[in-house]
Amino acid sequence: MNTSHISSIEDQNALVFTGNHLLGIEGLSAAEITSLLDLAESYVDFNRQEEKSLTTLCGRTQINLFFESSTRTQASFELAGKRLGADVMNMAVASSSINKGETLLDTAMTLNAMQPNLLVVRHGSSGAVKLLAQKVDCSVVNAGDGQHEHPTQALLDALTIRRNLGCLEGLTVAICGDILHSRVARSNILLLNTMGARVRIIAPPTLLPDHADRLGVEVFHDMRKGLKNVDVVMMLRLQLERMTAALIPSRREYFHHYGLDYDKLAYASPDARVMHPGPMNRGMEIASAVADDLNISLIHEQVEMGVAIRMAVLDALSRERSGGDQ
Amino acid sequence: MIGPEQIAPEQIAYVNARIIDPASNTDTVGALVVFDDEIQAVGADLFPEGVPSHMKSIDCEGHVLCPGLIDMRVFVGEPGSEHNETLATASQAAAAGGVTTIIVMPNTSPVIDDVSLVDFIRRRSRDTAIVNVFPMAALTKNLDGEQITEMGLLLEAGAVAFTDGRQSIMSAQLMRSALSYASTFDALVVHDAEDPSLAKDGAMNEGELASRLGLRGIPTAAETIIVERDMALVKLTGGRYHLAQLSCADTLRVVAQAKKDGLDITCAVSTQHLTLNENDVGDYRTFFKTSPPLRSEDDRLAMIQGLQDGVIDVIVSGHDPQGPASKRLPFGEAAFGTVGLETMLPIALELVHNEQLDLMTLLRAMTSTPADILGLSSGRLTPGAPADFAVLDLGAPYIFVAETLKSRSKNSPFDGRKMQGRILKTIVGGKTVYDYEDQLS
Repeated sequence: MNTSHISSIEDQNALVFTGNHLLGIEGLSAAEITSLLDLAESYVDFNRQEEKSLTTLCGRTQINLFFESSTRTQASFELAGKRLGADVMNMAVASSSINKGETLLDTAMTLNAMQPNLLVVRHGSSGAVKLLAQKVDCSVVNAGDGQHEHPTQALLDALTIRRNLGCLEGLTVAICGDILHSRVARSNILLLNTMGARVRIIAPPTLLPDHADRLGVEVFHDMRKGLKNVDVVMMLRLQLERMTAALIPSRREYFHHYGLDYDKLAYASPDARVMHPGPMNRGMEIASAVADDLNISLIHEQVEMGVAIRMAVLDALSRERSGGDQ
Repeated sequence: MIGPEQIAPEQIAYVNARIIDPASNTDTVGALVVFDDEIQAVGADLFPEGVPSHMKSIDCEGHVLCPGLIDMRVFVGEPGSEHNETLATASQAAAAGGVTTIIVMPNTSPVIDDVSLVDFIRRRSRDTAIVNVFPMAALTKNLDGEQITEMGLLLEAGAVAFTDGRQSIMSAQLMRSALSYASTFDALVVHDAEDPSLAKDGAMNEGELASRLGLRGIPTAAETIIVERDMALVKLTGGRYHLAQLSCADTLRVVAQAKKDGLDITCAVSTQHLTLNENDVGDYRTFFKTSPPLRSEDDRLAMIQGLQDGVIDVIVSGHDPQGPASKRLPFGEAAFGTVGLETMLPIALELVHNEQLDLMTLLRAMTSTPADILGLSSGRLTPGAPADFAVLDLGAPYIFVAETLKSRSKNSPFDGRKMQGRILKTIVGGKTVYDYEDQLS
């Protein structure tokens, strides 16, 4: 089959997702999330083909604007855009002169004047991507804002879970580790709650946000109790700075209590799967053997789903725009 | 021909006014006579036979005439940040808000920590400001929290109190020394209490909303801990202490207990903390980023109760002008602070209209009490006192538009808010420095 004849992948159902931007999971309905996952599903098969180029976004300009350095997320968005035929430009603001004294909004206005169709933005401050979205005319995708949200990560996690366990509704998912500083955790909690999964969070109190129990989760400080009978274990990366900030005493103490090894995993459901948004600290939050166990680890599949989800998001936002409904 | 009687100042009678004077607990319909820069007479029955012909008469049409407000916490950008506010623009904002005296903070560039700089503020104010301006001098040199300033000399130069403004004094030993040394001159130490290690990187009140927004929270304990320490040090030294702002019920309890124990302390709350809560931050709205942060609704109600009970002495605007460069940023990076001089009275009147606070208590906390704390002769409608007062239409409804502010910075959290209560006239030293009717033309 000659892929050049494929202009776009049509999903069977009309797309329910209707936003101009994807700024967070908050505010998305279960139907919108499902429609994005369904669309992404079709891109998974497509991505496994030898030829992977579409013309869906042909002629569109996508700018990846990363105020925080990132390798995998940026690469994933870049690939997603290119496979859909968009012209993709990467701007690593963290290391360029554009960051010198220029405010976020000045940068936004500058880029807006270049008439992009899609802006993919990561920024170190919570709310920054939303602020930027208010000032530009194109669609904006939040690729992570501070400690607030990282919606495409939550979507790719959901897609990974759905493909392996059939559905999200009724599952029990444990999110373990540095919840306090994690935008991945926030987006996942919102998405899993919306989709009818039960969410537990497991961490020492120093790594939990204030009033964590009001986020619609069960809170555990004991990992063994928290993992009991869960279907999915999502591990979070623990940054080494957390030790200098006196939130945890040492690497070995953390691993002893909160590192995922076979012993603690034995408390989970026998079919439980393990996930990690990456990059991993082996021996810190997850034992190497668990991370590499192909029978239980979905970590590589998460990366694969990341490209498909981002293609679905870029596609969906572009459809909306081309419909003239702004 | 100019006769001597035309050069001499005339007597002006403000008649048909609802005279409210918290200092004497007076609320009566009557008149007030100004001669030169002083109040000459005030009362209900001044003119049983009509205003004498040699007096100029101004009919207040039954509106409230009260002492001009004294705002104990005003940040001005002069010297150093004139693009945000000058003494001149701050004074115009004050006049528009019925504020006749502003106490300016030493957090300028350079810091007001030296006799010559106190003198600079006084001269610039005399030459450019239309309301009274008194500086608080720095408590520690360059606000570094390390070495106390020359309090005696600074007092002589005209400083009315000592504070590090938005900085907290972290060293208990230094705070002890400052209180102790200040007591030599019976000088007032004003402290902004917030433990910087607990508040580090914090942007709003710690709680569920901060967690949802992914913003670092500032716990109420950051404030309460320092106030508890300060109370112990006041007890130890006998110094005069004023808590610049409090924001939560926990701190209020500490202050109430200290007052019960007989300590010589006073405290203030800002109009923002009386009328807004953390939920107003909403979608990362940086004009609601204040220091201390807006707290929970329970804390806000506690502040109102604190005023009613007399535990909270003073209401301040906490006027802190910030331009777009420091506010049009992601919430975590944006500057703290809101302007407030022009809105402090109208927004506080909300509490009166909602019957949460009586008018006398409200006005007292903005007039005679701050005057007493600072040792000023204004803030009261007494013969011989400075003719600093305002005429208000308590009932006038309108929608407040921040763009109309006199302040050079427009960072008001109240833009678009329905308000009730308008300043009609502001008189400083007998001269009308603001007249609402002039604004209409």
